[in-house]
Amino acid sequence: MRPIRVLSGFPFRSVRLRSLGCAMLPAMLAFAPAVAVHAQQQALPPSSAAPTQSGDAEGLTGSVTDDSAWRDLGIAIPAFPTDHAAATSAEGGNTEALGRNLARVVYGDLKNNGLFKPTGPDALPGIGYAEVAAPAFSGWRARSAEMLVQGFVKGGADGRLTVGCYLYDVALGQELMRQGYVVKPEEWRRAAHKCADMVYARLSGESPFFDSKIAYIAETGPKDHRRKQLAIMDSDGANHRFVTNGQATALTPRYSPDYRQIAYLSYLDGKPRIYVYDIGSGHQHLVTEAKGPTFAPRWSPDGRNILYSMAIAGNTDIWRVPVTGGESVRLTNTPGINVGGSYSPDGKKIVFESDRSGSQQVYVMNADGTGQHRISFFGGRAATPEWSPRGDQIAFTCICGNLRIAVMDPQGHNLRHLTDSWQDEAPTWSPNGRIIQFFRTERNSGRTSIWQVDLTGRNERRLKTPVDASDPAWGPVLP
Amino acid sequence: MSPQRVSARFATLSLIAASITLAGCASTPKELPPQPVAASTSTRDAPPMPSQPQPIGPVPGSQADFLASVISDTVHFDYDKYAIDGESQGILRSQAQWLARYPAKSITIEGHCDERGTREYNLALGERRANAAKNYLVGLGVDASRVTTVSYGKERPVALGSDETAWAKNRRAVTITVN
Repeated sequence: MRPIRVLSGFPFRSVRLRSLGCAMLPAMLAFAPAVAVHAQQQALPPSSAAPTQSGDAEGLTGSVTDDSAWRDLGIAIPAFPTDHAAATSAEGGNTEALGRNLARVVYGDLKNNGLFKPTGPDALPGIGYAEVAAPAFSGWRARSAEMLVQGFVKGGADGRLTVGCYLYDVALGQELMRQGYVVKPEEWRRAAHKCADMVYARLSGESPFFDSKIAYIAETGPKDHRRKQLAIMDSDGANHRFVTNGQATALTPRYSPDYRQIAYLSYLDGKPRIYVYDIGSGHQHLVTEAKGPTFAPRWSPDGRNILYSMAIAGNTDIWRVPVTGGESVRLTNTPGINVGGSYSPDGKKIVFESDRSGSQQVYVMNADGTGQHRISFFGGRAATPEWSPRGDQIAFTCICGNLRIAVMDPQGHNLRHLTDSWQDEAPTWSPNGRIIQFFRTERNSGRTSIWQVDLTGRNERRLKTPVDASDPAWGPVLP
Repeated sequence: MSPQRVSARFATLSLIAASITLAGCASTPKELPPQPVAASTSTRDAPPMPSQPQPIGPVPGSQADFLASVISDTVHFDYDKYAIDGESQGILRSQAQWLARYPAKSITIEGHCDERGTREYNLALGERRANAAKNYLVGLGVDASRVTTVSYGKERPVALGSDETAWAKNRRAVTITVN
């Protein structure tokens, strides 16, 4: 059982999102200790379909790479009813309207993932509040729904919202899982993402990822005068915000593992340098006082160090510097261009790009720079390698005619192309290592857009952004 | 390209530059535009007093003067390469001559790439191209402290198409005068 936990929500101090616990051991839930921050907290009641004994709580067996069994699973997601319509500052104005919006966000997450066939609240009848924990299974069977997500929303006296989320197996007539969350009204979408994460994780056996954020570069203007701004948004494109005003070209952002900071390249003062932007304060500082241009920032998994690439007299090498400042350590020292770098999840190795052999290829080294060896040997060029958060794959840009997104294992074997367009580049991973995000450039116009593709390569979709977009970088799942 | 060739290119760049310059000067000296006629005895590029007649032609030592004096402010490169070819050597010689006339002037060399590479690699490649042009000028006697470089990678194309003609125009190093 997952313990009840308080989500500090740092650095978004306004965020307080608490899991009320998950199902499968409902008896223990009732005795779970209340957390002092929320006196009004209460655990979700078990549904009438709760299993009488604890079973396998860790999801169905299987993985995304062998997903035929649950692909296209029909999931019904009716609007989340409320006990009584209370005013809220969250979207909708009252908890009744908000309940529909919550279900829409859950539906959007699961639909856009490409692995399920959900039906959302706008195509389903509403349900009563009492029905949330006592589903009318026969009606859902008649609709050929295999899975059912029901939830509720309640307004609290302090303005906070309590959102419940239940997942039912319609055929079995059984509750598979439930969670509850307490959120501030402005964080209502996070409750829906947590609910979608619960469903996704329970059904796929994979780690969740919807409750996360994306940093990217927003692009506007003609091809020869492109305005490039740092921007952030939720994983589904909501809560979009421009961070820089575009006066200085911004490129290649990377969220710190704790979401407090973003490292990115800016042409502030005309010189390309890596800055570390503090989201809470709005201030930024140079990652290092460097003689030459610094670019291609990457965080270490523990958030303590930043890798950067620096050109001196035309020669580019990879360096490491503590986030708090201090002396930089040079990790590569060969003629040519050594650039980028991405840590293995355990922080022990770094995969990077070098043209020391005469063309861009992918290399691996130990975190201290020793043991550098090339791993890509398949013809064509290989650039921008990024180590999967699961450790088992390396995503990269294959320069083989066109630019294509591809993956290989850390030994450089089992190459697979995931996309086939004119110019796809700069892959970065979803927090659970199942989806790769990249940007696509349109031939001639130069227009850019962010895309996601899963590891099968079959599910590719464009992410909606207010303007053109490039250099997407996912942060971790919020706590 | 082998590592040896890369390092050799770096190490001997100024030597090659010097020798080719001599050869080029001896055999086929490029015709340079005449030096602009100074409107006054002053060589400062301050704007003329309103009461005085406008000088004819660009102000000596100005960016406009630079553009009028040199063969080109831009040298071009092959795909994924940063070698200074014969045509580029002539262009850079004309720039070095102008810089010799205006020793107080400094320059910034912008390195650019075509759109076909990845973004970060192109930032590094643009820096390498700008430095190749810088090293050639230094080989011709321009003080290195007068030359700064900046790479724009593939972020600032001049030709907007996605074809060989446009890409060839975009693979470039551009010299801009600063005070």
